[in-house]
Amino acid sequence: MELTGAEIFVRCLRDEGVEYLFGYPGGAVLHIYDALYKQEEVKHILVRHEQGAAHAADGYARSTGKPGVVLVTSGPGATNAVTGIATAYMDSIPLVVFTGQVMTNLIGDDAFQEVDAIGITRPCVKHNFMVKDVRDLALIMRKAFHVATTGRPGPVVVDIPKDITAHKAPYVFPKDPTLRSYKPVREGEPAAIRKAADLLAQAKRPMVYAGGGVVLGNAATELTELVRWLGAPCTNTLMGLGAFPATDPQFVGMLGMHGTYEANMGMHECDVLLAVGARFDDRVTGDLDKFCPNARIIHVDVDPASIQKNVLVEIAIVGEAGLVMRALLAALKGAGVRLDEAALKAWWRKIDEWRSRHCLEYDRTNIEVIKPQFVLETLYRLTGGDAFITSDVGQHQMWAAQFYKFDKPRRWINSGGLGTMGFGLPAAIGVQLAHPDATVACVTGEASIQMCIQELSTCKQYDLPLTIVNLNNRYMGMVRQWQEFFYQSRYSHSYLEALPDFVKLAESYGHAGLRIDKPHDVEAALKEALGRRDRLVFLDFITDQTENVYPMIAAGAGHHEMHLATDRELA
Amino acid sequence: MRHIISILLENEAGALSRVAGLFSARGYNIASLTVAPTEDPSLSRMTLVTSGSEGVVDQIRKQLNKLVDVVKLVDLTDNERIEREMLLIKVCAEGDERDEIKRLSDIFRGRIIDVTDRAYTIELTGDGSKIDAFISVLQPRRILEVVRSGVIGIARGSITCKPDAP
Repeated sequence: MELTGAEIFVRCLRDEGVEYLFGYPGGAVLHIYDALYKQEEVKHILVRHEQGAAHAADGYARSTGKPGVVLVTSGPGATNAVTGIATAYMDSIPLVVFTGQVMTNLIGDDAFQEVDAIGITRPCVKHNFMVKDVRDLALIMRKAFHVATTGRPGPVVVDIPKDITAHKAPYVFPKDPTLRSYKPVREGEPAAIRKAADLLAQAKRPMVYAGGGVVLGNAATELTELVRWLGAPCTNTLMGLGAFPATDPQFVGMLGMHGTYEANMGMHECDVLLAVGARFDDRVTGDLDKFCPNARIIHVDVDPASIQKNVLVEIAIVGEAGLVMRALLAALKGAGVRLDEAALKAWWRKIDEWRSRHCLEYDRTNIEVIKPQFVLETLYRLTGGDAFITSDVGQHQMWAAQFYKFDKPRRWINSGGLGTMGFGLPAAIGVQLAHPDATVACVTGEASIQMCIQELSTCKQYDLPLTIVNLNNRYMGMVRQWQEFFYQSRYSHSYLEALPDFVKLAESYGHAGLRIDKPHDVEAALKEALGRRDRLVFLDFITDQTENVYPMIAAGAGHHEMHLATDRELA
Repeated sequence: MRHIISILLENEAGALSRVAGLFSARGYNIASLTVAPTEDPSLSRMTLVTSGSEGVVDQIRKQLNKLVDVVKLVDLTDNERIEREMLLIKVCAEGDERDEIKRLSDIFRGRIIDVTDRAYTIELTGDGSKIDAFISVLQPRRILEVVRSGVIGIARGSITCKPDAP
């Protein structure tokens, strides 16, 4: 039996096991929307802006490990989705984004709502396809899912001209999605693994630096086992939080620009560094000339292009994080050697000294003004560390990363690479849909939230009981902080002179809203919001306008050149 | 250092722009780039000449290999190889100059492929330095037009850039 392209599209999604499709209709995809109308297996989530669709699918993907799926129309539908696609690309998130396109015979004619979606998305996708014949549709969709979810994951765009969705073809779900030109490496090279095991066994001051690749590769268990066997301190990147349990005594916190003193000093003084699923981002390394001056480095990554890109390493292992770490642990155990115990003890004494600086300490004595850190500490305590936390971008993101202790992977959902303001709320939609019974909180600020605030309407439509933690200091906080430090406090256009009444705004969208401006009301408000399973509660915390994120390494400085809080000396 | 890289890629619309886009997006140098289908119509062969430090060229190779359309990549710089470029040059040829230009063309094993009473069009193949040398000897005359194909290359011996080659 022959099906139309639109019917094939829906059948293919079903056969891929797609649960949710995040999208927004428009002219070029109307055949597909008609086919969606006639079935119930693939649930469509109607967002209010295509950027929201991409972020919601992204939140779904990050919290489940399954690909997020998006459907938008041609032209502005596609361009609106680009920020979301680029966000997923920078953080290696598996998305499959379907963009409608004008009829094949109109392509190139500047037709209504025509845009070169393939060209526009090319630099921010893992791959993209245009469907030129309905008989290729099913295979291209299958390949798109295969490419998006294997190797180093990433977004894949499939551009479908409208006439293709009307043409008919027989449908068979293609069995083999492989491409001759795409064969990601899975297992690490045994010789390199043996060399890495030898080097680790000799370490006197070992350090493990784990990134988002461990989360994406579902390798948190393998990482935890290896780190515990080594007895080494472990630091996670912003993207890696949850890869190693934050409450484990071997965890030294996040590293990098706003990382902990102990993590960054550990990086500076370690003699062997094991980097897993991390890409030596500039926000992590600081000045490359001062980076890990004493360390011999082992780098494990599934993407060969990540290796030797920013930092030259001694041992490179290309492979999946979980498989490589399992092999590495087996090699270490097989060699029958342990790390030098006395040296490790001395190393931990040093780390404990650094820890004793309590670099995340803040002023807890103020009973008049809410400190943002206090809100996050309370959120952590009340949720037992077991909530899904999405975040936007800026100071609140750093405080959430510092003060919410993630013990499990895929609980911390933020835009690390691209740093997309507006990510948090739509991402939370995807997370809550994937985990209907879980507590999902979106930590945001009054500037970020307004970049995708329209998605409050989507939350109402699907009855998502999110908790919005809006840390409202009336400034673009991180911009203000940099202006204070590096531009002699000239706060150029970082103060939001006019803000909506967020409580009324939430209410007008059909949600509950609360404004909190005293520290002693913080806990009750959070309790109230987290306890409400029937509706979204928007908590507008009026916080200290002058609070800065510490510790901080200025751009271009080394790990040992941290600034701790203002009233303390340079480290 | 100059590198000459052979790439076998899917003969699909957009494959070329993926390569070109990669170079501009990541700020890599590109000296020349040629591409045409192979005996297998589903594949195109590209020869790309670039330059950079070893670290940069290493990244170029890795980033190219990462493109889903790239089936195979061989850096010919590592091997004994043959490089060829084609030149079409139109040069003013009048009076006594006509014989002299004909002689120069013969010395370089060029072929005059079009003649008018005022100009010759000469075809010449060779590696880049030979082409450069020929252009420079013609320089004192009036060169009307220069067209260079960009470099193509192939490894000597049994090394091949084929989908299933090691």
